[in-house]
Amino acid sequence: MSKRTDSNSYTIIFAIVMVFVVGSLLAFTASSLKPAIKENERMETQQNILYAMGVNENEEGSITFISTDKVAEAFATKISEQIVLEVKDGNIIKEMNRQEFMAANNNKEPYLIDIKKQQTRAKNGESRFLPLFKGKQEGQTVYVAPIRGKGLWDAIWGYVALDTDMVVKGTFFDHAGETPGLGANIKQRYFMDDFYGEKLLTEAGVFKGITVAKGNNDPLNKDKDDYEVDALAGATITGDGVAAMIKKDLKLYLPYFQNLKNKN
Amino acid sequence: MGLLSKKDAKLIIDPLADNNPITIQVLGICSALAITAELKASLVMGIAVLFVLGVGNVVISLMRNIIPSKIRIIVQLIVVASLVIIVDQVLKAYAYELSKTLAVFVGLIITNCIIMGRFEAFALANGPWKSFLDGIGNALGYAVILIIVGFFRELLGSGTLFGIPVLGDPIEKTGLYATGYENNGFMLMPPMALIVVGLLIWVQRSRNKALIED
Repeated sequence: MSKRTDSNSYTIIFAIVMVFVVGSLLAFTASSLKPAIKENERMETQQNILYAMGVNENEEGSITFISTDKVAEAFATKISEQIVLEVKDGNIIKEMNRQEFMAANNNKEPYLIDIKKQQTRAKNGESRFLPLFKGKQEGQTVYVAPIRGKGLWDAIWGYVALDTDMVVKGTFFDHAGETPGLGANIKQRYFMDDFYGEKLLTEAGVFKGITVAKGNNDPLNKDKDDYEVDALAGATITGDGVAAMIKKDLKLYLPYFQNLKNKN
Repeated sequence: MGLLSKKDAKLIIDPLADNNPITIQVLGICSALAITAELKASLVMGIAVLFVLGVGNVVISLMRNIIPSKIRIIVQLIVVASLVIIVDQVLKAYAYELSKTLAVFVGLIITNCIIMGRFEAFALANGPWKSFLDGIGNALGYAVILIIVGFFRELLGSGTLFGIPVLGDPIEKTGLYATGYENNGFMLMPPMALIVVGLLIWVQRSRNKALIED
């Protein structure tokens, strides 16, 4: 190293120039790519909701979303209603349809509601919005609800399709940074499909949820009345996280489904 | 290798075996343990490191005469981190599916000690072309070990390769499982990666006595 690069003033100037150059480079990249990234994320949300509802292009063992060029149309036709519930302290204070919600919230689509923000609002004692997407699966009405929680390393989230008795009719789980090969397997077909047909409510109509259970003697998941699905090896915390977010977030919808029952 | 001089070719070939970053230099062990539970993850990580190390080595090499030695480690970190972030953003915008697969690895690439090690040991003292070859060579050496470890861990731990069942169905008891074979769940745990890497080091050193230290 030459003497010139060892001096303090050179070091400081170099650091300042470097920070400036790298900073503007990153800022430029981020802001020029932002629209494309936002669009991708928007389409992914639609794909995920449709996936949970059973609208996908799955082949054996694979997870294939409906393709991006078809997703907008499918979302418009297969989702008959987007419902938004405003909830406070476990009570529904307002029920809105898509138009009402968009009119009150700067034309924001209900499916773009940020669940994380809503959870923070609820934590602060404010009211929160709960979106619900109504559609049909094999002639039966199903409702897709978003859920969000914590895994081992980072956030996990998903969408659960429920029929009017709160029986699971499809799920989709995703994660931000679970361990590949272990916790990341919540995104595998064999794990998601295990939830199909599981009940959330007891016979008496009390909310029980689904446990991701180790050592359950039902690896094929034939027993649909046990409120359990088989856990993933080496992914205890992620599995518990999935069970916790199902219990916590889907319970919020209980009053809505009870009202639905009483109406009929 | 007609394009490369003997010396240049050595830069690529050496790290594949006799100077392998994982088994000889014992760098990058952390990610080798963390993500080799499945073959696909190993392969993706190998490619990601190949890109970052190849480009990063060139960038550092071009800057080698103007980097102040007092803050060179910080400069290296900034180069890796910004490279990784830019790649991640571009993938998110134009190859969204791929970026989802890569998401977990982004943080791991930045902390990979092979990258810092090659910047420090090679790129700071050599020209861009040589540094590029060195980066590619070391990344390939890293990828080879990752793939070997991933192969054994996925095969013995889950009975699959790239997620495709190759030994039959463990629940329906078909294929190899009909004979009473069981998946070894322990293979999915990080300690087994350490043991597999240990076995690789053993095999390598017993074949090449020159590598054995006194």
